[in-house]
Amino acid sequence: MDLSSDEVRHIARLARIALTDEETERLRGELSSILGHCQALSAIDTSGVAPTAQSFSLVNVERSDEPRASEPVSDVLANSPAREGDYIRVRAVLDQPDG
Amino acid sequence: MPHSTGSPGPAIDLDRSAHEHASALRAGEYSARALAEATLARVQAQEPAIHAYIRVTPEEALAQADAADERLRAGDAAPLTGIPVGLKDVLSTQGVETTAGSRILEGFTPIIDCTVVARLREQGAVFAGKTNLDEFAMGSSTEHSGYGATSNPWDLERVPGGSSGGSAATVAARGVPIALGTDTGGSIRQPAALTGIVGLKPTYGRVSRYGVVAFASSLEQVGPFARDARDAATLLQAIAGHDPNDATTAPEPVPDYAERFERGLEGLRVGVPGEGLVAGLEDGVREAFEQAVALFEQEGAVVDRSVSLPSLEVALSAYYIIAPAEASANLARYDGVKYGYRFTGGEGMWDEMERTRGNGFGDEVKRRIMIGAYALSAGYYDAYYRKAQQVRTLVRAEFEAALAGNDLLLTPTTPTVAFPLGAKLDDPLAMYLNDLLTIPVNISGNPAISIPGGFSEGLPVGIQLIARPFEEATLLGAAHACEALTDWHAQRPALAEIGAPS
Repeated sequence: MDLSSDEVRHIARLARIALTDEETERLRGELSSILGHCQALSAIDTSGVAPTAQSFSLVNVERSDEPRASEPVSDVLANSPAREGDYIRVRAVLDQPDG
Repeated sequence: MPHSTGSPGPAIDLDRSAHEHASALRAGEYSARALAEATLARVQAQEPAIHAYIRVTPEEALAQADAADERLRAGDAAPLTGIPVGLKDVLSTQGVETTAGSRILEGFTPIIDCTVVARLREQGAVFAGKTNLDEFAMGSSTEHSGYGATSNPWDLERVPGGSSGGSAATVAARGVPIALGTDTGGSIRQPAALTGIVGLKPTYGRVSRYGVVAFASSLEQVGPFARDARDAATLLQAIAGHDPNDATTAPEPVPDYAERFERGLEGLRVGVPGEGLVAGLEDGVREAFEQAVALFEQEGAVVDRSVSLPSLEVALSAYYIIAPAEASANLARYDGVKYGYRFTGGEGMWDEMERTRGNGFGDEVKRRIMIGAYALSAGYYDAYYRKAQQVRTLVRAEFEAALAGNDLLLTPTTPTVAFPLGAKLDDPLAMYLNDLLTIPVNISGNPAISIPGGFSEGLPVGIQLIARPFEEATLLGAAHACEALTDWHAQRPALAEIGAPS
């Protein structure tokens, strides 16, 4: 199978990864070859076969609804790349180009 | 007093296993401090040659060793008290940088320990450092690390395997006796095979993933690297079991992992699926594997060659949909907002986020996220993701059938011995095919171990043993029996001489 450059750019947009033109071209070839290998799946008869999401499925594991202390705010924020007091500083979210 | 205060004590034999060190520590032959110092000296002497660590942590290790000596003095020692351990750098360590081999997490300092690290800390283990890996555990050679490649101690021009290549290399080089890795598609077993040591992937759900940097949540498990089955059993014993912080951990009781050590191979029913002898299997690997099968037969195991795993090969295709799909979701969190690297000065929020991810992730990680995003996107979900999950059901059923009449399945761990650095770097699909025999076991969820199975052209060959769910003790018992019959596990690379106490 062959992906187009536009398809690669579309996937990159979905994944929110900026690619250079050179990367886009390289990934076009690589993804085509990997997904081509995965075409082997289509040859397998899976009619009536239920999908498996996890090998030894535990269903609806719940814990008791008891309040627990959270980690200290200052510890949690210590890893943020930009902060202002007890807030994480980010770029404006509204009125974004290319949103 | 056996407790060193910095003056040179008796030379410590770092070829010793963890259980031999544990006995010596209890007997007061040397202190945990002296063992830590000797270990750190050797690890640091070997680093220029193999680069097994992203970060060696001498200060933490020596403080832990002193605390271990207190416990030893008080007669309060656990099996791993004072034992040096290497930790794959996907395991969150409180207060110690954890990068997952990615530049996007450079400088990230976890505020918690992951559960497995917390359990080792409770035992009083000594953490030598954070070991190198393919970025986010995606790879089979440790060449995809954002912090440089690791070399194989048997041949510095070759890969140690991956993604847990650092942990495997430092154990094989006799730096530390044991280490933890994670296995999502073979990332413990394949490097164990390529470096001539023992590596075990537990049953899915046997070991907590809480606090482990996530790649593919339905496939991965934390597991031990060791130079013999007894140490692997001791390390697994320390980390296995239910964790209220990981809802996917199994409630099944944890057995004594050494309980089958006296059993031997007599009467063991062993299936050898024909599909394990894949196209591309090197002659030397095939010969070593057939020798291992012959050893089982000679010791009274009942070998069944009629057993079949027809979906073994298509499991690889299912994996390369499922694992990237889960990765694309798990790695969505790296947006440069809450922690890690952030690109600044872009044209707005989306531009900054996309360039954060574009700059922060390496090539292999981008490839996998892209495959996953594609497989989950509108119009392709049923053809790829749902289909792969259905194939997963078939693979599980085949393993269940094959193990209904057999205690173990045997395959080579990898089709080839360690390959040269760079050999498969430009061909992702060739790199993926190296995991052809380990990946299906992550798809099925069964436990499996790679044990030393001799040598081909001077490089180690690994034999993979696969068991029924939660029967890790069967794997370890058989591994232990093989060690009594061969000396493969006792072979050491010449590099182990570097940093040896003189």
